[in-house]
Amino acid sequence: MRVVIAEDLALLRDGLIRLLHAYGFEVLAAVDNGADLRTALLELRPDVAVVDVRLPPTFTDEGLRAAIAARAEVPGLPVLVLSQHVEQLYARELLSDRHGGVGYLLKDRVATVSEFIDAVRRVAAGGTAMDPEVVSQLLARYAGAPTRALTPREREVLALMAEGRSNNAIAARLYVTEKAIGKHINGIFSKLGLPPSEDDNRRVLAVLAYLNA
Amino acid sequence: MKAWPFVRRGLVAVARVSVAGLLSFPVHLVLFVLTLVSFVLTLAGAGLVLAPLVQMLVRRYANLRRRLARDWAGVEIAVPYRPKPGGAWLGSPKRWLWLVRDPATWRDLLWLLAGAPIGTAMGLATVIFLVYGLQGIILAPVIAEAQSGPYGYGVTWPVDDLADFLLVPPQGALITFGVLYAAPWLVWGLARYDQSLLGPTRSATLERRVEGLTRTRTQVVDAQAAELRRIERDLHDGAQARIVALGMSLGMAEDLVVRDPAAAQALIAEAREASGLALAELRQLVRGIHPPVLAERGLLGGLRALALTLPLPVTVDGDLPGRPPAPVESAAYFAAVEALANVVKHSGATAPWVSLSYLGGALYLTVGDNGVGGAAPRAGSGLSGVERRLAAFDGVLRVDSPPGGPTVLTMELPCALSSPKISPSSATA
Repeated sequence: MRVVIAEDLALLRDGLIRLLHAYGFEVLAAVDNGADLRTALLELRPDVAVVDVRLPPTFTDEGLRAAIAARAEVPGLPVLVLSQHVEQLYARELLSDRHGGVGYLLKDRVATVSEFIDAVRRVAAGGTAMDPEVVSQLLARYAGAPTRALTPREREVLALMAEGRSNNAIAARLYVTEKAIGKHINGIFSKLGLPPSEDDNRRVLAVLAYLNA
Repeated sequence: MKAWPFVRRGLVAVARVSVAGLLSFPVHLVLFVLTLVSFVLTLAGAGLVLAPLVQMLVRRYANLRRRLARDWAGVEIAVPYRPKPGGAWLGSPKRWLWLVRDPATWRDLLWLLAGAPIGTAMGLATVIFLVYGLQGIILAPVIAEAQSGPYGYGVTWPVDDLADFLLVPPQGALITFGVLYAAPWLVWGLARYDQSLLGPTRSATLERRVEGLTRTRTQVVDAQAAELRRIERDLHDGAQARIVALGMSLGMAEDLVVRDPAAAQALIAEAREASGLALAELRQLVRGIHPPVLAERGLLGGLRALALTLPLPVTVDGDLPGRPPAPVESAAYFAAVEALANVVKHSGATAPWVSLSYLGGALYLTVGDNGVGGAAPRAGSGLSGVERRLAAFDGVLRVDSPPGGPTVLTMELPCALSSPKISPSSATA
């Protein structure tokens, strides 16, 4: 799988290259600023990009902007954004085009290597990977009305689903069968009044859109 | 020009300038003489009590004129008197010295003296010309008829025949028009005269400013020191301690990795967990010092991001033609954090809003809600914290929160904006 990395701190950039390399990714380019990132994304068309929000020259949200701009030109171009802090605002912006292939994680998550690699693969496949912190904030904010009707188990499933995990992964995480998860998801969708969907990714986007509304 | 509003405006101004002007003669002279006598009597001792009493009267009258200048002519006159020192009871030498040493006392005296003829002249001229003008319009025929000797009006002198006679009312109308037109300017002129002597001198203004700066600087230094202590403690007990633990776990794992790989693995997992916790604590700390989103998106973006983390749907709108300096941005942001926290905690509101604008050299941040109202910057409350935060930048907080709501907090921060930064990617994004 071909990947582009954008990270300005050499230490972290080298770490990411080594990590992704070790898991069989081919690193096409590792850039350290917003302008190069845009060029790399549009010219190399990687299977997935791992992007730091804050990049030179402005050290503001160059990385995020470059990623969003590139996705505006190439809809669904898979981008996993990493940051030292998570903002609902950024999550919302990344999700707003309603195409999959988006990830937004704290940099800390890289330390849990297998989960991080899983997230990169999921994004590359057109799925989503939202940081648990984003999701818990979303759920805390909309503790209101329809989500209150959910059972604790359903809330757990909703949180994991919003992070972008597949039924399979949720089942493994909660030590239940995939079938049971399917039942929970049906329950959640009918309680929230969302149209049922067989497609994993589309379902996740629907849930995030619902929570983000 | 509409006729009636013009006439009404003129008549109101005539009334004002004639009342204030004509009254100034007796009032000014009486107060002037009283002031002189009371200070002279100090030689006999009685002035220690009398002078402060008279000055109380003078200042009360001067304050009335200051208020009238603002209400009638829109001329703002700041009160220049020095604050009364503690223990300056009536009759004490301290009280007397406080008055004598204040240049405003002597400027008041000069104002009284010069104001008497100025006010009188303005008042008299207004009344005389108005009466003369009206007489030309209404009464000239009657007077001419009743009078046996030669009679004239305006430039027509004497009035002999019908042709001359017909010239009188237009002249009267012209004079009346002139008076009505000029009267508001006379009110303004009187107010400007008051301002020239009743307002603070340049040095008094500066003195006051220094006092204000000294006070806010002390507050800022105290607040900053407290903030640094908090950060030091947070780092010491939090991230630093966790990183020490992390190093220990890794060291032990290094020891064990050959002899007992399973134990080493457990220690490494522990170390990773400690690093996660340390990072979470650092993140929290950084958010409290300078929220990253503020650096990345500026004030408006920062407020939008803040709104998304609150349990109420907050509307954020506004438009800034550039970016305020970073410290101002930060002060405004934290003021908004505090204000919105208040809304969430106390107001019972369902739809708070935040609005941002820049007008006439100042940043305006308004936080409103549809809650129960009754908010006030009591000592130790969140709002007094907001006030202190703003004071460091000469900013002010206005609270409009009647019982029953709605509440509107307006924060005003004077500052200059830098021109908007155009970065290559933001231009295309």
